Amino acid sequence: MSILVDKNSKIVCQGITGSQGTFHTEQCIDYGTQVVAGVTPGRGGAEHLGVPVFNTMRAAVEQTGADVSMVLVPPPFAADAILEAADSGVKLVVCITEGIPVLDMVKVKSALRDYDCRLIGPNCPGIITPEQCKIGIMPGFIHMPGRIGVVSRSGTLTYEAVYQTTINELGQTTCIGIGGDPVRGMNFIDCLELFEADPDTDGVIMVGEIGGTDEEAAAEFIESNVSKPVVAYIAGVTAPPGKRMGHAGAIVAGGKGTAADKFKALDAAGVVTVRSPAELGSKMLEVLDS
Amino acid sequence: MNLHEYQSKRLFAEYGIPVPRGIPAKSPNAALDAAKELSGNLWVVKAQVHAGGRGKAGGVKLARTRDEVHEYAEAMLGRRLVTHQSGPEGLPVNVVYVEEGSQIDRELYLSMLVDREVSRVAFIASAAGGMDIEQVAAKTPEKIFTISIAPDAGLQDYQARQLAFGLELDKMQMRQFGDLIKRMYRLYTETDASLVEVNPLIVTKAGDIVALDAKINIDGNALYRQQRLVELRDVTQEDDKEREAAAHDLNYVSLEGDIACMVNGAGLAMATMDLIKLHGGEPANFLDVGGGATKERVAEAFKLILSNTNVTAILVNIFGGIVRCDLIAEGIISAVKDVGVSVPVVVRLEGTNVGKGRALLASSGLDIIAAEDLTDAAKKVVAAAT
Repeated sequence: MSILVDKNSKIVCQGITGSQGTFHTEQCIDYGTQVVAGVTPGRGGAEHLGVPVFNTMRAAVEQTGADVSMVLVPPPFAADAILEAADSGVKLVVCITEGIPVLDMVKVKSALRDYDCRLIGPNCPGIITPEQCKIGIMPGFIHMPGRIGVVSRSGTLTYEAVYQTTINELGQTTCIGIGGDPVRGMNFIDCLELFEADPDTDGVIMVGEIGGTDEEAAAEFIESNVSKPVVAYIAGVTAPPGKRMGHAGAIVAGGKGTAADKFKALDAAGVVTVRSPAELGSKMLEVLDS
Repeated sequence: MNLHEYQSKRLFAEYGIPVPRGIPAKSPNAALDAAKELSGNLWVVKAQVHAGGRGKAGGVKLARTRDEVHEYAEAMLGRRLVTHQSGPEGLPVNVVYVEEGSQIDRELYLSMLVDREVSRVAFIASAAGGMDIEQVAAKTPEKIFTISIAPDAGLQDYQARQLAFGLELDKMQMRQFGDLIKRMYRLYTETDASLVEVNPLIVTKAGDIVALDAKINIDGNALYRQQRLVELRDVTQEDDKEREAAAHDLNYVSLEGDIACMVNGAGLAMATMDLIKLHGGEPANFLDVGGGATKERVAEAFKLILSNTNVTAILVNIFGGIVRCDLIAEGIISAVKDVGVSVPVVVRLEGTNVGKGRALLASSGLDIIAAEDLTDAAKKVVAAAT
């Protein structure tokens, strides 16, 4: 099994005719993902990458039965796209777009409470259930169906963790990049809850980074709600305070959000932490074998 | 993007938030003229730099005569001010702000930011103004009051009252304060601010509430719709290398160590720095070349890294996802040839077309140290640096 998406998920790509939309949607289709529609306002009626293009999300969902949206529109239009998706009735929106103004996300996050719709991202690689459904920009070939759930705030560092579980022949149930922005949709806790409930997930790899207190909150949640082994790594031990390390959310502010604090909270909650990102896969193997 | 105090106060004034009268000056004579134009017999001369802690560093001076205004402006302008936030090299003072002196009864603290835990804009207020708010929060958390705003409903009166009672304001001040934070909320949302901080917010001897200091940061992602504010950008306050990097779509942060790294992806870049440290080295920089790293970007990245003379070795760590390793390898080879790299380069490639990429590097004839995996890469670069 898997969480959130599988081979039955029907995907609509918002921004499908753009260069990013075209490139990544094509990769998703090649991977075997069921992409059923695209949306580009003004391009309705056209066909792109072999799927019909609609002017509105509502039309796309009504006519194709799409239940997941992948948002690949430029930042000024992304908040609007996410809300259009939620309003169309899809149950999951995966927003890849990087660079959305944070106040746009504050509004989106608040408005989403009115919908039965989850958001992954923004500024994330997306979600993948190996050999079933890839929604996002991650390289498909490093994944392998298996037993581990992966949740991460990073992009390439997620690939690193995934790759390590693949070469250790653990494989993955589902991998989710929750994104590097300070205000985002699903958080560690949301994903941990789903992995805990998924019978095929035997362990979870969690990759955090400096900034905010989400890892601390996750630690607290794990302590009382997660029975499966969790192996965690936090990036940014060497990051200087007050500096934004690439991601908008990766900044140590006012002494809060340091890697040391996060490691401490995770250790205290009984999470198996690794100080080297190279040991995520081997440590998980060791934990599961013991 | 950070604004200077005088720019922030101009915005405050536009939104009707009370600030002392003041005039920015770029020369001691201009400062003197400013003092002449301002009334009273007490002035404050404030160095305009993008760093806090100016008072302790000598960047804020109280002048009792106009001559003193000239004198202090002369002492500050053209120098670099080193504060506990500015870094050891300090920041250049090109502008001083000359302000009318205020009669202070109480010093309060007020700031706004996005509270990540609730995904809302929040106000933070404290009666312990003028102090380092992080210390107040750590030592006396009961003195800190916060409210967060529901974006659709907006700031409510009860929330203003909550803060005002916390700050122990009297009835008249409460009304002023309520008005002030409503204006500030409007400023915050309309300017796409990421931080507004007033430390101190004062109650004057006459009983009025005035923003004695002002700090505004603007969300870099929103600059496309804040053209007017973009013009306020002061590049002299930014790190040259970081600015140059940004111009090439590279994310770069200078650090103190001697091992440079070049990585695709912010998280992996941080992790690479941590690995270097874990194996006994010190990273010289954070550098994310992005997901779509091209030959040109790799070349620019090498130039940037090598402009730091402390660098004794370079670690290139690329996890090729959408980017193909063979293209990255070609980029590295041409960059090393063109830029003329004189320090050891350790390269770790993984991902798409990794075999081709490694073969290209091996047959390049260049002195590139190939690493098998992350740990091997870190060990090799630390060894090469020492």
